[in-house]
Amino acid sequence: MEAAGVPRDSRRAPAQVSLRSEARLIERLQRGAFEYVTRYTNARNGLVADTSRAGSPCSIAVVGFALCSRLIAVERGWSSRRAAAALVLRTLQFFWESAQGAGTHATGYKGFYYHFLDMESGRRVWDCELSLIDSALLVAGFLCVREYFDGMGKDEASIRKLADALYRRVDWCWAQNGAPALTQGWHPDSGFLHYGWEGYNEALLIYILGLGSPTSPLPRDSFIHWTLTYQWERMLGQDVLYSGPLFTHLFPHAWIDLRGIRDAFMREKRSDYFINTCRTVAVQREYCERNPREALGYSRDVWGISAGDGPVAHGSAEFAKDHRHFGYMARGVPFGPDDGTLCPWAMLATLPFTPEAALIGTRTLLARYPQVCPQNRFVSGFNPTVNADSGGWLSAGWYGLDQGLLVMMIENARSRLVWSLMRRAPEVRRGLRRAGFRGGWLS
Amino acid sequence: MARSQRTAATRRKKTYDLVIIGAGPGGLAAAEFAARLGARVALLERERLGGVSLNTGSVPSKSLIRSATLFAAMREAARLQQPAQAEPVADLQRVIARLRRMQRRIGGYHSEARLKRAGIELHYGAARFVDERLIATNMGRFPFHHALVATGAGPTRPQIPGLIEGSYLTSDTIFGLEKLPEHLAVVGGGALGCELAQSFCRLGSRVTIIQDEAGFLPGEERDAAQVLAQSMARDGVTIRLNTSVTGARVGKAEVVLRTQNYGRTAEVQADRVLVSIGRTPCTDGLSLESAGVRADTATGIAVDEFLRTSNPRVYAAGDVCLRHRYANVAERTARIAVHNCLAKGRPMRHTALTIPWCTFCAPEIAHVGLQVWQARNEGIPIRTFTVMMQDIDRAILDRQDVGFVKLHSTGRNDKIVGATIVASRASEMINEVCVAMSTGIGLRELADVLHIYPSQSDAIRIAAMDLDEPLAPG
Repeated sequence: MEAAGVPRDSRRAPAQVSLRSEARLIERLQRGAFEYVTRYTNARNGLVADTSRAGSPCSIAVVGFALCSRLIAVERGWSSRRAAAALVLRTLQFFWESAQGAGTHATGYKGFYYHFLDMESGRRVWDCELSLIDSALLVAGFLCVREYFDGMGKDEASIRKLADALYRRVDWCWAQNGAPALTQGWHPDSGFLHYGWEGYNEALLIYILGLGSPTSPLPRDSFIHWTLTYQWERMLGQDVLYSGPLFTHLFPHAWIDLRGIRDAFMREKRSDYFINTCRTVAVQREYCERNPREALGYSRDVWGISAGDGPVAHGSAEFAKDHRHFGYMARGVPFGPDDGTLCPWAMLATLPFTPEAALIGTRTLLARYPQVCPQNRFVSGFNPTVNADSGGWLSAGWYGLDQGLLVMMIENARSRLVWSLMRRAPEVRRGLRRAGFRGGWLS
Repeated sequence: MARSQRTAATRRKKTYDLVIIGAGPGGLAAAEFAARLGARVALLERERLGGVSLNTGSVPSKSLIRSATLFAAMREAARLQQPAQAEPVADLQRVIARLRRMQRRIGGYHSEARLKRAGIELHYGAARFVDERLIATNMGRFPFHHALVATGAGPTRPQIPGLIEGSYLTSDTIFGLEKLPEHLAVVGGGALGCELAQSFCRLGSRVTIIQDEAGFLPGEERDAAQVLAQSMARDGVTIRLNTSVTGARVGKAEVVLRTQNYGRTAEVQADRVLVSIGRTPCTDGLSLESAGVRADTATGIAVDEFLRTSNPRVYAAGDVCLRHRYANVAERTARIAVHNCLAKGRPMRHTALTIPWCTFCAPEIAHVGLQVWQARNEGIPIRTFTVMMQDIDRAILDRQDVGFVKLHSTGRNDKIVGATIVASRASEMINEVCVAMSTGIGLRELADVLHIYPSQSDAIRIAAMDLDEPLAPG
C-alpha cells in the first residue's frame, strides 16, 4: 500500500538509529503534527479543534498544546514570531474575556475551563465537565508562552500580562471540594465529580501547577495525600510506579523537566519520574513482545498502548454479547484494557526518554503499516487485528491531543525548549518544591 | 437450706453457660465449640439454621455461579464445534433445584439432630434481651452467664423513590425466582452485585449493572476492579458506572429505573431489578439497650478487640459487629468469642486475624492482608511483585489467563504482608499465601518451594522469585 507523504525509504526499519541519523524523519513528522494545529485553529479566537472531523468542538487541552507548539514553530522557522505572538495573544484574550460562571453555557468557572467548547462562540458544548486536567494542560500553555514571549513589543507584553492573569485566576483550592486531594472536575448540574485521582497519572501536572499558585496554592498535604495512592510494583522485569496508559506518563513530561529531580516517593524508591517513564516504555515493549491477547502487529518494536480512538464492539453497542472493542478509550498494560489497538503516535512521543526504542519502533511501524501516517500525521488509533484483510482498522482523521503532544515531545528531545522555558517559571519551581521535589536542576 | 438460697441455687442450675442468638456460621460454630468445652448451651434461631451463608448467601450464590460457569464453558466449547450450536440458555428452575439439593447437603452437617447429639439446646423464635443476664423468646426465657450475638447482616434496603418493597429483588429473594429474567437490572457494584450480574448474564439474561462509583468493588485494588469490569463487559454485561438511580416506575411486567450520570438522565427498563447496595447488621428486635449493649444501625454492635460488648457478659461475632462480613470471619470470630468467655487461658484478639476474602466472579478476586494504600497510609514501606496470569503456562492452557498475582512484602525484608490474586481459582490460590503469612514463610522460602507444573498457583512462586531478580534491560 502506498501511503501519501511517506517516502519509500521509511519502509525499512534500520538496525541503528539516533536523533541525528533520523533527523529528517523527525523533522517531517514534527512538522506534520504541527500542521494539524495550523489547519484546525480558528484564527479569530485561537481555539483548536479536538479532532479533524467535521463539526468537532474545541478541546481546551489541545489549545494548551497548540500554544506551546506555536512557539516551537517559531524556533523551527515554520512561523514568524510576530504572527505566532498575534495568534497567541488572540487566544489569551479570548480566554480572559470569555464567560466565567456556574451557568451551563459559560466557558469556564473559577478560572478552570470546560473540556469542550464551541469553536466559534467558545461556549461549553456536549454537556461536558469542567475538567481539571484539561484546564491544567491549557494553563501550562499559558505559562509556557509567558516565558517564551519576552520581547518588548506590545503584543508580547500583553501576552505576558494576560497569561499571568489567567494563571492567577485559577482557584485550585476550590477544586479540592473540602477534601485533602483534588477532584477530577465539576459539572454545572451535579457539582463535583465524586471521584478523585487515584494512583499515579497525569494529575502530577495539576498538582505542580496548583502547588505553585501565588493566589490559590494547594496545600502541601494535598500532594502527599494523592501520592499515598501510588502503586510501586515489580512487573515484567521492571520496578515501576505503575500507570497503564502511556499518555498518563507523557502529559506532565511534555511540560516539566522531571529529569534528576525527586519527590519523597521517588527518593524512597531511588528513582525519578523520568527513569520511571523509561521503564514504562520497557514494560510496554515487553508486553507487546509477549502479546498475551494475540493481537496482530504487536512486537518488541511495535508498541504504544495509550488513550486513543479504536474500533467499537460489533453489533449493538448497548447489548452486544461481545464487547471486545472499546472505541475511544484509555488503554493500558499490563492490566488492560487492551483490545489490540495501538496509538501509532505514542512510540515517537517517547523520544526524549528512549530515543532508540522510539525511533526503531516508529520506523518499523511506518515500514509495516504506512497507512497509519497519512500526510505525515499519525492517526489516533490503529487496530491491525480488526479488518486485518483490508489493512486493519484505522481511526478516521486526526486527534489534536496526539499532534500537540508529539510536537512538544519531539522538541524536548531535540532542543529541550519546552523544559527550559518551564524551568524558568517561578511558579513551576515553587510547585515542584512544595511537592517535595529536590535535587538536580532545582538545587 | 433457706427458701431464698434454694431459689438462687435453682436459678444457677437453670442458667446457661452460653446463650447464642443466631444459628448462622458463627452461631453454629460457637455452639459446637462451647458444647465441646462442656458448657450448657442454648442456640436461638429466628428462622432457619445456616443463616445467610447457607440460605441466601455464599452457598446458593456459589451454586448459581457454578451453573453459570457451565454455560460460559458451553459457549466456549461451541466455538470448537461444527456446525455452530444455538446459544445455550438456562432453565432457571433446574438451576435452582440443583442449588436447593446442594443447600440441603451442606446444611446437613449442622442439622438439628447433630446439634441435639452434641448436647446443644436449639430453640426457634425471635430473641430479645430482657435485662443484662436474661434473654427471652416467645417460647421461653434463657438466663445466661454469657451470651453471644451472632445475628449476621441483611440486605440494605434502598431509598429510591418509587421502588417499593416487593418490586425489587435482594439476595434474600433472588434465589426464589422461577424464571430467568429477560432483562435483569442490578443496582450496586459490590461483590454480590457483580457475582449475580455476571452469573445471570452467563445463564442467558440480558443484564445491566448500575454502580454509583467510578469502579466496581470499592475497597479492592483498582487493577482488580478494572480486570473485573473488562471481564464482565466481555461476557456481555452492560455497565453503567458513575451512575446513580434517582427514581423508579413500577409497571405490571417491568420496572423502569431513572438514572443520572453527571447531569445526564436516562432510563433502564428491566423485567426484574436486583438491589445489592450493601448489608446492614441485624440488630432490630434484640432490645440490646435492655442488656446495656451499645450498637449503631450502620456498623452494628460495638465490640472491643476481644469481641466483648459494652456488657462484659455479652459478646458478639461476625457480620453483626465486624467490617469484614464473610462466613469464615463469622465462624472464626465466634470461636474466639467462646474462647474468651468460656475457656481458660489468655484471651484472644480478633484483630490479630489474617483475613482472606474473595469475590467469586470470573475471574475471582481474592485478597489477604494489607492493601497497598493501607501500607502507605500507615507508613509501611512495601514492595509489590506482580505476575500476570497471561504469563502462566497452565492459565494459558486452561484459557483462564485473565488476572494477576500481586505479593506485597515489607521493603526491609522478604516478609509477606499482603496479596491480591485475580484468577479463575483465586479463592484456592490465596490460601497458599495465607499459610505463608500465618507461618512466617517469606518470599525467598516461597520461591524455593517446588510447585506442580503446570499449575496456576505456580504464579505465586514466580512472583516470589522476582525478589532477587535483577531488573531486565529496557
